[in-house]
Amino acid sequence: MKPVNFDYARPKDVAGAIALIGDESRTVKVMAGGQSLGPMLNMRLVQPDLVVDITGIGELKAVTDQGDRIVVGACVTHADFEDLRVPDVTHGALPSVASGIAYRAVRNRGTIGGSLTHADPSADWISILSAIGASVTVEGPAGSRTMSVEDYMLGALEADLRPGEILVSVSIPKLGKGARWGYYKSCRKTGEFAHAIGAFLHDPERGASRAVIGATESKPIVVAAATAFIGDGRGDKPAKGFDANATAKLLEASGMVDQIDRQTHVVALRRAIERAYPA
Amino acid sequence: MTEQGVGASLLRKEDDRFLRGRGQYVGDIRLAGMKDVAFVRSPLAHANIRSVSAHEAIRGQVVLPADLKGVKPIVAVSGLQGFKASEQPILAHDKVRQVGELLAMCVADTRAAAEDIAAQVDVDLEELPAVHDMLKAREPGSALLHEHWGDNVFLETFVDVNFAAALDAPIKVTREISTARQNMSPMEGRGTVAYWDSRMEHLVLYTGSQMPHIVRNGLAECLGLDQVQIRIISPDVGGGFGYKGILLPEDICLGWYAMRCGHPVRWLEDRRENLTAGTNCREHHYRITGYADRDGKLRGIDCEATVDSGAYSSYPFSACLEAAQVASILPGPYDFPSYRCHTWSIATNKCPILPYRGVARTGVCTAMELIIDAIARECELEPHEVRRRNLVRSEQMPFDNITKKHFDSGNYPEALDRAIAAIDLPSIRARQKKGEADGRLIGVGHSVYCEQGAHGTSVYAGWGIPMVPGHEQATARMTPDGGLELRIGAHSHGQSMETTLPQVAHEILGIDTSKIKLVHGDTEYTPYSTGSWGSRCAVMSGGAVATASRELAGLIKKIAAHLLQTEVDSLELSGGQVHGANGSVTIKEIAHTWYRRPQDLPAGVDPRGLEVTIGYKPQRDSGTFSYAAHAVIVAVDPEMGDIEILDYVIVEDGGKLINPMVVDGQIYGGLAQGIGTALYEEMNFDASGQPLASTFADYLLPGPTEVPAPRLDHMETLAPYTEFGVKGIGEGGAIAPPAAISNAVNDALRGYGVELLRSPITPRRVLEAIQRSQHNQPARQPQGAVA
Repeated sequence: MKPVNFDYARPKDVAGAIALIGDESRTVKVMAGGQSLGPMLNMRLVQPDLVVDITGIGELKAVTDQGDRIVVGACVTHADFEDLRVPDVTHGALPSVASGIAYRAVRNRGTIGGSLTHADPSADWISILSAIGASVTVEGPAGSRTMSVEDYMLGALEADLRPGEILVSVSIPKLGKGARWGYYKSCRKTGEFAHAIGAFLHDPERGASRAVIGATESKPIVVAAATAFIGDGRGDKPAKGFDANATAKLLEASGMVDQIDRQTHVVALRRAIERAYPA
Repeated sequence: MTEQGVGASLLRKEDDRFLRGRGQYVGDIRLAGMKDVAFVRSPLAHANIRSVSAHEAIRGQVVLPADLKGVKPIVAVSGLQGFKASEQPILAHDKVRQVGELLAMCVADTRAAAEDIAAQVDVDLEELPAVHDMLKAREPGSALLHEHWGDNVFLETFVDVNFAAALDAPIKVTREISTARQNMSPMEGRGTVAYWDSRMEHLVLYTGSQMPHIVRNGLAECLGLDQVQIRIISPDVGGGFGYKGILLPEDICLGWYAMRCGHPVRWLEDRRENLTAGTNCREHHYRITGYADRDGKLRGIDCEATVDSGAYSSYPFSACLEAAQVASILPGPYDFPSYRCHTWSIATNKCPILPYRGVARTGVCTAMELIIDAIARECELEPHEVRRRNLVRSEQMPFDNITKKHFDSGNYPEALDRAIAAIDLPSIRARQKKGEADGRLIGVGHSVYCEQGAHGTSVYAGWGIPMVPGHEQATARMTPDGGLELRIGAHSHGQSMETTLPQVAHEILGIDTSKIKLVHGDTEYTPYSTGSWGSRCAVMSGGAVATASRELAGLIKKIAAHLLQTEVDSLELSGGQVHGANGSVTIKEIAHTWYRRPQDLPAGVDPRGLEVTIGYKPQRDSGTFSYAAHAVIVAVDPEMGDIEILDYVIVEDGGKLINPMVVDGQIYGGLAQGIGTALYEEMNFDASGQPLASTFADYLLPGPTEVPAPRLDHMETLAPYTEFGVKGIGEGGAIAPPAAISNAVNDALRGYGVELLRSPITPRRVLEAIQRSQHNQPARQPQGAVA
């Protein structure tokens, strides 16, 4: 199929974008990379009056070092992470995960902000950034707001954006010395969306231990104090301490009724933890 | 063998344009004033049509069912006794019987604008209960698609050959085995461009077709035109696999409209149409019982096979090509004395089932090879031992099997032996005993099949479908500068015939292949042919080109005899020259003389000149029998259900290979499709007949990382009845992988005592099977699994 007729705008700054997006007389879609929106337009699943392409806004592609964290613009691409144009402050976590997103052609255009705002539960960024402890900043007519990545995602295909707001940046903490991370995703084939994701971070210096179970029906399940599953993470084989039953109960309580779904998600998390502590 | 002749791995001529992105497909055609078409399609699987209407502002750009006065529906009959034909409407008028069925055609300057119009066409449907389960559809009380039939059965067949004699066999294993409904997924979808040529007074219809002459037959029948009023052009075809042999209602609509509108009109199928409305194939269900002695010797096979044929009998292959063929090919490469098979071709509210590479063979190979493995487990034998005990042996050749299939040649046990040796079975068994460090389970599986190719008149006359192949014709025509044009009525949709057929002509005439051009894909320029299907082109078009080339060689020698002033019988043709006792003359000089200097020839010269059109049939037209043994090692992740292919071996025998590199390519491509059948591809429908995949996010195809590089080994048993001993081999790669992979997965999981008998083998099906076994015998709990 082909898209409906729509207008197209490519503003040069955030204020210009916000002005266009705030026009309540028209249905507006923001395009940050178009890797999900493009097919949705073609299949007429969305039929906007106006598409606002925000990839011409310089500040949305900027990366700034703020001491204990870096702040990356919403239109930084997956390939920018993969190719290390974004400095790695995560001991390889983000470049590694970025290199496994879909296919290279998608990574060349797809953006971190677009992925988080599209809020597909199966996508990679929402899970790994929740594990790392990243936050996002949105800007709108009433000013800006900052919140954790996991709070930004309200549910499947739903981000916490108020009328006229856009996501402008993602703030990524620099992991401490000795921090360990692991990520595991289960896909039917290379490049497909995941059916189960496990992500894990243990960062003693920053006092962070986080476990994430992603690719669920809705937003990922984030355990901010993952020591419950793995102790303090200092043992030789911390995965031995992994409590599969406790994890399964957590999933059941979150509404995951299917036993096979629970099994694959539990195993994904366990394997993520194992990857954080390679033999 | 010469560097360019039969047996040479000549690089493909067509790749020069394909690899540079310069192929010309239907979608590349630009004609002045051309408009685009979008169809209004049924959103429901089964419904009465109350009305289809267009408001005044768009009416001029919309073709409604009532507009197509005098246009006949597509009817594909079969001569098999009891077959019920369907009428596939061009635009549905009283009922719709599948999602995606055409209701109206909308024309505008662009496809997007045509879709805008399509969205405004008013469709009023009264939904009926959908028939979505072929087994339930067989039962009394089911909703009916074609009410006047009284049931949903296109065709029921029954065969019994001394079956009762098997009943006292000590081993009896029964399994229910099924293959999913699939979609053929050529990279290029269907597409049609049509216009009326007022100078030639004919309808020109470009469509990516495997069989342009058959499209002309069907189009003439539906539109009531003389065949001279129709020219079908099939340009480059981006994959066909069977789908592009089918006459579509869309073709008829475009042709009808082009005769009336005064401008060219185009429809390009998009992937959503392709997935939801176009290309269903493969859905088989088997209830099969194998009878054997304790040493694995087969005593008999009993089978009930049901095929979900979809809503209509598609043209030209009909709705019963699959199920009825199952009965005749299920015995596969095995020799056993007792057989019974009952088949049903069932109408359901889904797209018509179409012949996909391998056609029914992929299903029967899966059923037969899984039952062989089940017998082996029952007998506590290695599966290859059971196979070897039952395969037709080389000393039996030629061999007529239990369903009267004539095996022309081959050594099946040797192919199996080579595959088992190449996969190194003992080392896998040892590895399985040790276990894997990563907790995965290793399994090995294999399968053997035979592929009847290029079967001709004697076989298809019995089917009585709209298309029966006869002699295959080719034209060989010298050009005045000594080049050669070959013309055939079949068409290449990936077979590399622009390379291989010049190789055949070169073998006989010695003309450099760079000076030989294949003309095909245009009814205006080529002899009639049923086209490219049934693994037939190497045998039939290749045989026709060889025959025409030999005839042409005779004509060349006649002129040479005049020029060399000697007797024809004393001449030899080689290396592009005719040699006599007193000298030689080049083909180039001979051509120049005939066309440019006829004054140098005597009055009595043969007036046929240097152009031949002639037909060819093998000495026996019951088909060539190529075959292969596949062997595969898989690793199954018992926690996630993922399956990885670690090694894949194919030992095949296609007789003489015209171009071994091209054959390898056919095998690689077929393997990819077979892996799709085995592990990924599945078009599901809900109870209301809605297809559940409309994009490749939901309909999974294997990609480069899912398809291993197989190790190939070629045997070469020459076919006794064909030119050069060639056998048809185009489909084989897609036949055996589902059986081999299923057997390997079942081997990996044998500790759980489970078998996966339904393809594709998805991670969920693996985990469900393990879960079922753990409910029965909770002995082996994988690490980290949830109770």
